[in-house]
Amino acid sequence: MADNPNPNIEEIKAAPAPETPVKKKGVKRRIFLAGSALLVGGGVFGLYWSDNSARTRARQLTTGEGEHNFLTWMKIAEDDTVTLFSPHIDFGQGTHTALGQMLADELDADWSKVKVEQAPSDVAFSNTALVQSFLGEMTGYPGVINALPAALIGMLTRSQKIQITGGSSAVRFTGQGGMRVIGAAVRAALVAEAADRLGVSEGELTTADSTVTHAASGRSLRYGELAAGAAERSLSRDPVLKTRSQWKLINKPVTRLDIPAKVDGSAVYGIDFTLPDMRVATIAAAPVRGGKLESVDEAPAMAVPGVEKVVKLDDAVIVVAKGYWQAAKGLAALSPRFTDGGNGAMSTPAIYAAQDKLREAGKPDNQAGEGDVDSAFKAAGDNVITADFRVPFLHHAMMEPFALTAHFKDGKLHLWGGLQDPIGARDRAAKAAGMDIDDVLFNPMIMGGGFGRRFPGVTEILDQAALLAKQVPYPVKLVWSREEEVRHGTYRPQSSARLSATLKDGRIAAWRNDYVQGDNAEGEVGFIYDVPATSRRHFAYTTNQIDGPWRSVNSTQHGFYNESFIDELAHAAGEDPYQFRRKHLPEGSRHQKVLDEVAKHAGWGTPLPEGVGRGIAIVESFGTIVAEVIEAGVKEDGSPKVLKAWAVVDCGTTVNPLNAEAQIAGGIIMSLSATIGEAITLANGAVVESNFTDYNLLRLADAPPVIDVHFIESDAPMGGIGEPGVPPASAALANALFAATGKRIRTLPILTQAKA
Amino acid sequence: MSFSWPRGHRVAMNNRFKPTGEFASVAIAFSVNGKQVSVEAEADTPLLWVLREDLELTGTKFGCGIAACGACSVHVDGQLTRSCSVPVSDIAGKAVTTIEGLKAEDGTLHAVQQAWVDAQVPQCGYCQSGQIMAAVALIERTGTPSDAQIDEAMTNICRCGTYPRIRQAILAATGQAAKASATTQGEA
Ligand code: FES
Ligand code: FES
Repeated sequence: MADNPNPNIEEIKAAPAPETPVKKKGVKRRIFLAGSALLVGGGVFGLYWSDNSARTRARQLTTGEGEHNFLTWMKIAEDDTVTLFSPHIDFGQGTHTALGQMLADELDADWSKVKVEQAPSDVAFSNTALVQSFLGEMTGYPGVINALPAALIGMLTRSQKIQITGGSSAVRFTGQGGMRVIGAAVRAALVAEAADRLGVSEGELTTADSTVTHAASGRSLRYGELAAGAAERSLSRDPVLKTRSQWKLINKPVTRLDIPAKVDGSAVYGIDFTLPDMRVATIAAAPVRGGKLESVDEAPAMAVPGVEKVVKLDDAVIVVAKGYWQAAKGLAALSPRFTDGGNGAMSTPAIYAAQDKLREAGKPDNQAGEGDVDSAFKAAGDNVITADFRVPFLHHAMMEPFALTAHFKDGKLHLWGGLQDPIGARDRAAKAAGMDIDDVLFNPMIMGGGFGRRFPGVTEILDQAALLAKQVPYPVKLVWSREEEVRHGTYRPQSSARLSATLKDGRIAAWRNDYVQGDNAEGEVGFIYDVPATSRRHFAYTTNQIDGPWRSVNSTQHGFYNESFIDELAHAAGEDPYQFRRKHLPEGSRHQKVLDEVAKHAGWGTPLPEGVGRGIAIVESFGTIVAEVIEAGVKEDGSPKVLKAWAVVDCGTTVNPLNAEAQIAGGIIMSLSATIGEAITLANGAVVESNFTDYNLLRLADAPPVIDVHFIESDAPMGGIGEPGVPPASAALANALFAATGKRIRTLPILTQAKA
Repeated sequence: MSFSWPRGHRVAMNNRFKPTGEFASVAIAFSVNGKQVSVEAEADTPLLWVLREDLELTGTKFGCGIAACGACSVHVDGQLTRSCSVPVSDIAGKAVTTIEGLKAEDGTLHAVQQAWVDAQVPQCGYCQSGQIMAAVALIERTGTPSDAQIDEAMTNICRCGTYPRIRQAILAATGQAAKASATTQGEA
């Protein structure tokens, strides 16, 4: 299946940002979603002013008696309920609430009557709309169009089948460019309708709480009463948006719409879905990625009560039973034989040795930078400071294991589950089953976490479920065990880097980052410091694993490399790590302000108890600048003890500060978890770890009890919030431990360095 | 070269799916959320799957299947129990409470559930049924749990990283709001 990547992803790959040409390399094409490519996947959608067939279809799909659809993406019912259709999936990051806030604020809707629903996975709701709007009339929204990388436009024009959530993009693109504009345009239509009905001029009318009021006469009309007429009006393409001071919902701590169903067990996730006569299946794929199923004797599974069928795929075996337990028992009874696809020698130590060798050979596949690093290093002679870093494969560990229900019936394939790109999911399943995309229907469900694991490009469960469904007459829910999850992930790549720099008069004169990673790893490796000569050299080394996007993508490892190394340089220069960073940031910049604020909140420089250290780090990713300070010491058993964390965030504007704070804090905890204890390792080509017993996630007791998050509000373009909290924490912790112990950590994770 | 299961995998699987010798379904009676139920199941079926698949109480979640994550936490005769690792035959005659059984009859949320809403704890929400069941058990046992007791008792995994708000909600639910605000994440 690794050989059959989702063509959407191929299309993304075919559209690299012009300044970073991608060298195709390796035996096998790899599904890759990283850096700019992920940003490209950033589910933007646009406004449907022009395409009537799509609007008609959207109406048919979503609009019932007494309801009126506007611009595909929202409807107003006669009881005033406003429903927004979100093209993005909410897997816990609060997107639906944020998009609702943006629409309802511009619309002046009564928030208690606003609902957000998942848009159907139909092309009428695809990002094609964006292409039409941005390449057509809608180029008049500077904040939006300027924020779009050229590659995004290129990719979107090629892809008709994309509806992705990722790259921290939902709110900043969909919300800013879409929902706010729709809300404002519909509000204007409602006002125009009311003006006609009341026989007054629009200027005499005001709107609030889903009502248009004529103050002079005391008359008013509810949106529900106006909706039918307003829906017939042509809508302004250029409505006036509110200014910051007029916001009532945007930038306010609104409670999340999805939370009540998540405290009483009523929220239905993909794994909870059920149908009459449905069977449950579970799967074991070849232990070595790239291997194939050679043979399996089905009898031992068939002897387990409740087991109904054993299904063989090219590279996996599936057991279908009446329930999950019987299926799992049946699977455990089997002794399938798999080939190793020629990857049996792949191991973590072998990968690192090969990566070092490749780097030492000195032939980079991609390079970028400014100034003349080579001359600076030559002039410095022995005074080049060098450090080697390594980071392991990381598993996403979304708490809900993959589960997808599939039913092949009357020539159609129906799917139910949680994936980040519903239309892309249909496309991949259709390809796997040899069907037309129009015959595949996907019903998106709530997701128990994602973190980059649920893009169709990396979700082979789509292929598995589609092939399985074609072999059975009943609906079947395919559920991955945790062991399958851990062993067949699409991991954050195992990667290594040599950083080198030279100092002159207390400043960094030249900086080089030689990093070894998969064959498309140039995105999100940003460098924020003011250094006259910089060089970034990428050495492409692929393994038998599929590199996947892991929350904040390449910023995790590069954040660790850069922010650890600059700390080393500060110490080499005999300077305070905060002040050393500060003087390398442009005077008066947003970066400098973020760094100053975090130092202030954390009481940087104030005395600490014996054995406790403070570390600082700053990373910009997905348009957001985050600086973090961590206070940490070492426990009796030698493991790190994180005492407190601070974060200062400049993402322009937060739509919902209450939720943004949770996203940043959660990102810090995920990063600390990985930094301290997480690693996927390979031996004989197969993943060694199997479950939460040997893949170590941080628990409450080891998380900082206090994470102090502050936002700097500015009119800068809106940045992402789901991912940017992650990257700084690794280095901030390692730097804190250096301050506490004098021991520098350059290999992750901290607890199991021996493994690497 | 051929390859069968890696050894570790095989051992782990075999330990989990030990043949019991009794494959036939048996009728097992117990109560769930105050209602008597009787299910036909193989004796070794974990309570988790009986709850989710036979009784359609899907608020109790599958996370790991080996008692390592706590997503499947329920109360059995008042004791916090990881239902993925208890055979349903052990439950005969006992009283099970799941997340669906915490609300009052009139639909009022349990004080801990309400604290979870007030502190806006859930992100993806998948772990939260288990977290809430663990918190309720902790509070029933200790009254006003200290930070150290919270650390010790709350061992369920949350990949979304909601731990600070979980702590804050437990403190708020037990009248320790002053302490909770001291550990609250910073103002926005
Ligand atoms: S599913 Fe029971 S503890 Fe993880
Ligand atoms: S809220 Fe997502 S795992 Fe806890």
